[in-house]
Amino acid sequence: MGSSSSSTERIPDAQELMQETGFSAAHLVRLYERFEFLDKDDRGELRLDDFEAVSELAMNPIGDRIIGAFFSPGRETVDFPSFVRILAHFRPTDTNRTRNGRNGAQPEPANSRTSKLKFAFQLYDQDRDGKVSREELLQVLRMMLEMQVTEEQLQSIAERAIQEADLDRDDAISFDEFKKSLEKVDIEHKMSVRFLE
Amino acid sequence: MFQISTKRIHLVVFFLLSVIEANHHVTNIIPESALLICFGFILGGIIWGADKAQTFTLTPTVFFFYLLPQVILDAGYSMPNKLFFSNMGAILVYAVIGTCWNAASLGLSLWGCHMGGAMGDLDIGLLQYLLFGSLIAAVDPVAVIAVFEQVHVNEVLFIMVFGESLLNDGVTVVLFNVFDAFVSLGGAKINAVEIIKGIISFFVVAFGGSLVGFVFGLLISLLTRCTKNIQIIEPGFVFVLGYLAYLTAEMLSLSAILSIVFCGMCCQKYINSNMDENSVNTVRYAMKVFANGSETIIFVFLGISAIDKTLWVWNTGFILLTLLFVIVYRFIGVFFLTWILNKFRLVPLEVIDQVIMSYGGLRGAVAYGLAMMLDENKIKEKNLMVCTTLIVVYFTVIIQGITMKPLVTWLKVRRAAVSELTLIEKVQNKVFDHMLVAIEDISGQIGHNYMRDKWNYFEEKWMSRVLMKPSARKNRDRLFKVFHQLNLKDAMSYVAEGEHQGSLEFVRNKNAFIDFKKKNIDDDYYEVMPDIMADMSDDHSEMSSDRRDPVPSVSLEMHEQNMKAVRESEDINTHHLLQQHLYRGRKQHRHRYSRSHFDVNKDEGEVQEVFQRTMRSRLESFKSAKMGVAPPKTLSKHPKKEQQQKTSNGKSLDKTRSYYSGDEDFEFSEGDSASGFDPSYNAMSVRVTYRAGAGIENLGFMPDLDHAPSVQLPPWLEDSSSVVPSQRAQVHLPWSHSSLRRLAPLQTSTRSTDSDDPPNAQQIDLPPPPTETTHPGGHRGTQENI
Repeated sequence: MGSSSSSTERIPDAQELMQETGFSAAHLVRLYERFEFLDKDDRGELRLDDFEAVSELAMNPIGDRIIGAFFSPGRETVDFPSFVRILAHFRPTDTNRTRNGRNGAQPEPANSRTSKLKFAFQLYDQDRDGKVSREELLQVLRMMLEMQVTEEQLQSIAERAIQEADLDRDDAISFDEFKKSLEKVDIEHKMSVRFLE
Repeated sequence: MFQISTKRIHLVVFFLLSVIEANHHVTNIIPESALLICFGFILGGIIWGADKAQTFTLTPTVFFFYLLPQVILDAGYSMPNKLFFSNMGAILVYAVIGTCWNAASLGLSLWGCHMGGAMGDLDIGLLQYLLFGSLIAAVDPVAVIAVFEQVHVNEVLFIMVFGESLLNDGVTVVLFNVFDAFVSLGGAKINAVEIIKGIISFFVVAFGGSLVGFVFGLLISLLTRCTKNIQIIEPGFVFVLGYLAYLTAEMLSLSAILSIVFCGMCCQKYINSNMDENSVNTVRYAMKVFANGSETIIFVFLGISAIDKTLWVWNTGFILLTLLFVIVYRFIGVFFLTWILNKFRLVPLEVIDQVIMSYGGLRGAVAYGLAMMLDENKIKEKNLMVCTTLIVVYFTVIIQGITMKPLVTWLKVRRAAVSELTLIEKVQNKVFDHMLVAIEDISGQIGHNYMRDKWNYFEEKWMSRVLMKPSARKNRDRLFKVFHQLNLKDAMSYVAEGEHQGSLEFVRNKNAFIDFKKKNIDDDYYEVMPDIMADMSDDHSEMSSDRRDPVPSVSLEMHEQNMKAVRESEDINTHHLLQQHLYRGRKQHRHRYSRSHFDVNKDEGEVQEVFQRTMRSRLESFKSAKMGVAPPKTLSKHPKKEQQQKTSNGKSLDKTRSYYSGDEDFEFSEGDSASGFDPSYNAMSVRVTYRAGAGIENLGFMPDLDHAPSVQLPPWLEDSSSVVPSQRAQVHLPWSHSSLRRLAPLQTSTRSTDSDDPPNAQQIDLPPPPTETTHPGGHRGTQENI
């Protein structure tokens, strides 16, 4: 934090980004290099095919969903600040309390437990209505399960899953129910990537 | 008194080996190596009884020159290169610093205890203690393989211990020789110069050994490149040159183990692609046989050697203290080093892994061999040292070997809170895993490595050119670009034939591409890539129905069965189902280095499945995005675009190429890996599955000038034969070639003008004729188009 690095000069709004996301200058520079690498046509923003060029993502069951998460609804490109903001969700949770947004003035940092969960929730909830319907859950299950699993089996899994998590009986999982069902899970570790400098 | 002949011993050994192999229950609990040692005891007892002298001992010469090289060569040849090199830093730290620490701490502590009088009267000086420390410090590759084979740990952990055991030979040799020289010199003459010489000799020995190995690896690769006409002796070359690498290094006083390891690691990729499939198999099998055999003999001899009255000297203090220190310092060393390493590593090593790593620091025959090499004139207490070494070896191999598995299980169980997870939790845990992998890939934490990219580029451009057969290289390239070489005529004739065979053929025909491939590809192609095209190349004749996976019928049956099964599913079944069928994801891939099994990467199927699905869904979304584009009616051939696409690896001028290069990178980097991995990835990336249909249906090709989001579905990467699509999957299948960017827009548009199907993702290319619900859609449309 605050280490002066002249290479952040190339990055627009570097200081604000650092402030907002909590990445250090070194992190930011490296992410910017990566951004530029992905941006094959030097457009200054990433498009779907740039992401799809990362071949490993095709091997990932939810690769496309993750890619989709980078794009704000309705937008077809990802600029660097958006890129970084999404990645900020995966920073290891800060252990020092001051950054945890306990005081009302600070917005919830991107890598807090709640923000991480929200990100995970939005992977399911594609239509952003705040609830994961059975159909949305089915979609994710389809992606995650091998092809041998038949539709009926999928349906039953989805059914059971909703039953287990749905507390207010509305046949959908709201964010709070989602959060509750995952309260035992160590989100901080499961959703953190150690970023290289 | 009958003389025990060597022949009889060998017979007995192999007989026993087969007995052990047959009884898996025993080997599940007691590792084979422990059983073999015990058997060695018995045998030694028999020999002793018969001859009243131990006629068979494991002499250093026999061990180091006849038994060890095969084991190490097998290790190097089957090494997963990518995994190894990505963890290289950690492995080196453990190997070098860890071993030095072990040696120093052990030697010094023993000396301290000696000074403190715990050992009674021994004639051992500090230097000799250090010498002893250096020989007992090294983790032994043979023992590690033997024990870890039973215990399936995750691949990173395995490669750490295994890599460490291989690389520490460089250190051990140096330390041993240095201290040996010091002991000869006597304490007084040691000064800074000598110490510096020692340090320098480490670098020389280690790097020199690796270099020798590397050179021999290149030599082997070059040789296999030229042996197209004498394929029968190719395997021989591999072994001879491997052994030569070992001997050369030994002759030059360099690290022989490092040499042969690097030889194996360096050549594996090239010889696998240069050599004929049969040769490759021969090499693999032979390696396993030799390595297994050597390992067996080593352990039996370790047992036999113990039964020798002349050998045994007992000093409780020495032996017990050594044992204690060996274990304690190993733990300390590993934990400390890991603590430091975790600050730099992306994926920190967990505590459990560290415990297993420490506990897995087994000593084995190498230590014994080195102990036997001690000069008894200089070292009066050689026998004591040998005995202690033997006891340490027995302890680690037998006791630690037996308890390793229970320990692992116990630790894991203790860690995981046994409360049953909900379905959401289970799914979500997996989601997290996949998410992390994806984020890492996107943000380039693991993939985008400057050095690795540089190396890959260099390797492709220069090394492959020299070391790989031109045809192998060409096919590596060609296979990536095969789909470019859409030959309209061929495609049309393919479709004509398909039509000729009737509509049902297409339903059943998962491998419709075979036909096309047959026509389109040279003999050269087949000849060179037989192993890769293994299940396709056999059958040059008509597609026989048994060659094809009887998928549709299977899936129909499956469907019925599942209907019944589903009605019975309960909560438990649902959980079980979920657990079974969740994709395991990249991190979870387990590397089984096994003496007795070849690594068939079972994850290959999963990866392919996921890949296909992703590509399909991308195609679908692309389709739906492109619906309604006005179709140009031009019938221009697209080969021009194809020419553009023929790019040299790694260079890209437009997005599709960049994608391909990314893919190739992927292929090569995975191609680096062990022979176990190799076929799977090679097969996956190289299996050409032509979806000729699309090529046909889109008679008008419009070069896609604008930068539409590319839906990369390189069909050559599809491999349908390993995937069993359920009914559901089949419906979604765009079995078409239409993924090509330039084709896709046209395709949709032609269709949309002709058909009145809803722009629904499932109607990929064409309106499926009423008779077919699940078919490679392209073909039908083709006909109609024509």
